[in-house]
Amino acid sequence: MTEPVAPLATIAGLRHRFPGARHAAPQTALDGIDTTILPGMITGVVGPDGAGKTTLLRLLAGLLRPTAGQIAVFGLDLADHAATVHDRIGYMPQRFGLYEDLTVAGNIQLHADLHAMPSAIRVPRISMLLAATGLAPFTDRLAGKLSGGMKQKLGLVCALLARPKLLLLDEPSVGVDPASRRELWAIVAHMLAEGLADGMGVVWATAYLDEAERCGRVLLLHEGRLLADDTPEAIMAPMRDRVFLLDVPPGQRRAAVRLAASVAGVADASVQGDHLRIVLRPGAALPDPSALGGSHLSPAAPRLEDGFIDRLGTVAPTPIPAPATRPVAQGPAIEVAHLVRRFGDFLAVDDVSFSVARGEIFGLLGPNGAGKSTIFRMLCGLLRPSAGRAQVAGGDLIREPAAARARLGYMAQRFSLYGELTARENLRFFARVYGLSRAAQQAAVAAALADFDLADSADQVAGDLPLGVKQRLALAASLLHAPDILFLDEPTSGVDPLARRAFWARIGTLAEAGVTVLVTSHFMDEAEYCDRLAIVSSGRLIATGTPADLRGRVRSDAMPNPTLEDAFIALVGADLRARAA
Amino acid sequence: MLRRILALILKELSSLWKDPKSRMVLVVPPLIQVIIFAHAATFDVSGAALAIWNDDRGSLAGELIRRFAYSSAFKIVAAPQSQAEAAALIDGQQAVAVLHIPERFSADLLAGRGGRLQLLIDARRSNTALLVQGYANAIVATYAAEHAPRPPPLVIETRDWFNPTLEPEWFVLPGLVAVLSMLIGMMVAALSLARERELGTFEQMLVTPLRPAEIMIGKAIPAMIVGLFEANIVIAAAVLWFRVPFVGSLALLEAGLLVYLLAGVGVGLAISSVAQTQQQAILGVFIYASPAVMLSGFASPIENMPPIVQWITLVDPMRWMLIIARGVFLQGMPAAIAWSAIWPMALIGIALMTAAGLMVRRAVA
Repeated sequence: MTEPVAPLATIAGLRHRFPGARHAAPQTALDGIDTTILPGMITGVVGPDGAGKTTLLRLLAGLLRPTAGQIAVFGLDLADHAATVHDRIGYMPQRFGLYEDLTVAGNIQLHADLHAMPSAIRVPRISMLLAATGLAPFTDRLAGKLSGGMKQKLGLVCALLARPKLLLLDEPSVGVDPASRRELWAIVAHMLAEGLADGMGVVWATAYLDEAERCGRVLLLHEGRLLADDTPEAIMAPMRDRVFLLDVPPGQRRAAVRLAASVAGVADASVQGDHLRIVLRPGAALPDPSALGGSHLSPAAPRLEDGFIDRLGTVAPTPIPAPATRPVAQGPAIEVAHLVRRFGDFLAVDDVSFSVARGEIFGLLGPNGAGKSTIFRMLCGLLRPSAGRAQVAGGDLIREPAAARARLGYMAQRFSLYGELTARENLRFFARVYGLSRAAQQAAVAAALADFDLADSADQVAGDLPLGVKQRLALAASLLHAPDILFLDEPTSGVDPLARRAFWARIGTLAEAGVTVLVTSHFMDEAEYCDRLAIVSSGRLIATGTPADLRGRVRSDAMPNPTLEDAFIALVGADLRARAA
Repeated sequence: MLRRILALILKELSSLWKDPKSRMVLVVPPLIQVIIFAHAATFDVSGAALAIWNDDRGSLAGELIRRFAYSSAFKIVAAPQSQAEAAALIDGQQAVAVLHIPERFSADLLAGRGGRLQLLIDARRSNTALLVQGYANAIVATYAAEHAPRPPPLVIETRDWFNPTLEPEWFVLPGLVAVLSMLIGMMVAALSLARERELGTFEQMLVTPLRPAEIMIGKAIPAMIVGLFEANIVIAAAVLWFRVPFVGSLALLEAGLLVYLLAGVGVGLAISSVAQTQQQAILGVFIYASPAVMLSGFASPIENMPPIVQWITLVDPMRWMLIIARGVFLQGMPAAIAWSAIWPMALIGIALMTAAGLMVRRAVA
């Protein structure tokens, strides 16, 4: 193309503030945003939760009026022409407004009617979209009965019906397992290619930095500001020759992370499978591998996340407290034998057995609806097994649930403390509920406030705290009674990479001190931090092993260096095929 | 165990108090309700629109009309001259009743033959119709007695015990003590579990050593405290503002309220244990509250209900509390009689709390 392409949308001097609730200061959601959205590509709006992604998309869709600045879509100022522009915008909000009591076909027809599509256009368009999304066999199913991934696909079909020129997708991949997530990307890429002649463009908001690497361009948002506005390659470019993998003997990875973080030239160190991933500061010399307890340093490809961390400014790595020694009892921490759970006729968990050693970080992975949450809930006593045995911390959850629960800590995926109470009051409540004596309560609360960097926010209402602090508070609350086992449900989804690293560093220290950690997630980044993983598919345990083991199982000539996500998709896919046959 | 329950109670109370919205909801609407209910729920009729269709030119008719005109119960609004005009007034709701004095009324009365009057009443408003009829009868009866040739052989002397001047507030406000405290206590209880479920804190609580029974007690006590607080606002307003006499024992009333609120909070917790969201919980409270008030005898006497409905009222704790509240306020009810209303409430309360506890336990099953 010789002539420059006209942008689909231009944003100039954009600022958006939400008036605060009573007494609270107004919240600036976006500030100083200048950018353009180009046709023919997927533009990623990327950042952690609370960065302003949804606000930006809603402003682009004309659903909000900016506090200051201009937004023009298709060359028309949204302030005056919102109605004209709406026809050509497809917007898929985070929770797409599907009618759960209508069938797939019913939902699509309703949207077609809302767009007043004549049937000559409607019929071929719908059958094309159904074919592209693979929903054709399910048109008679109620939308409420679809899996998470299929719901998102249906939402996508509805958003694409009227051939939008600008497609706005707000975190379509949240709560969707990796295989379905890949499919969503493929569908959107396909539709983009198909709409290329129309000059179509897509805006995809996501908190997952790994998937953002597939975008043509990335708008990196952090706390309402634009950190970067470039191609993923350009964002990663300064990281070239600064990323290395270090071979570390098993069992020493977490100690090595602590060691590496204290080395001057290291900007970031994290566990990646059986390696230590090290990012150097610009111009820093290569550290000596043996000083870090490893043997060999090999260069690695930078990731978008490295670029993000680099641009966040090199914050001094959070000092990780050294592990406290605690008496470690003998025997496995969790022992599950022939565990079964039925819901009516449906066999959610089918004869699952595994055991977790003390001090181990154990991950339960699986696609949506595979049964991993059911297993997880049975192990923390939220659900009773239909059959089988579950020993947790030496106690029998079925026979003496209250006693067993006293030895476990639980941190839910959603922030689940009391938003109207202060951080200190929340901690005090949980200390009391866990039956700590008055002196022990005070000591535990004081220690938690100090250890988790909460002293400054101790008397703030928990609901108003930033996401990262909320998450620290939730972890602190679940550890007040020094549990033997910690249950974590997708603990770091949507958190920015720095906060995520700090979180897992703490978890690593706890594990070294002898606390057993059980994690459930479909976030592959979280899985990398686990010592061992179990993959659940259709209610059965199909594979157990270290992250390196699992990768090794699917290594082939076609896939010489599989990621954990590749391994997950291949193993689950093989299991489903074997079952279908 | 006590420490855990105490932790929960303190948490609940400080949550309620911390939130300015819930603080407002607990204090202001009840006061407004007291004022509205006390003034709106009067069963009195005064200044009822009366039309007088007088075909009699005699002086006795004129005197009767004056009696109606001086009564505060009536206001004469029209003087129709025909059946059609009278009907039009009632159809158009300009008059509640039409008093027809026939042409020969004075003449008949003077001749000692006995006069006949006709009262046409708009019975679409049945309650008003009954009262209007009663007032008209009273006026006519007095008039008839004065004009009778000799005193009537039989006279009833009426004394209205406990409320000698039949003040409607005396009847309504003690009832409100029961109605409002129950509504608030039930709402606090119903919302508390549903709210935790919505926020995800319910699961966080279930993984602690708290047992279902402890959760129930820890949720019930704060709601009862709030309900009791509410009841005392109404009691204070009734006594200090509306000057309703309080002749019984306050301790007895508070004891009755405590048992009553146990039952009310039990209803709230039972609703809460099945509701998934706060919206469902509010809807549940609403669905329960309107028939409960209807069946309690707050507005219409239970004795007038069909037998089956009367049996149903036996499980309505509000019915029993009304007996105690009215009894203690106006009558100085002895403890022995109050007890006969307290134990049914205790039974209802224990049954409901157990049911709610079992429902919560099933959530973990």
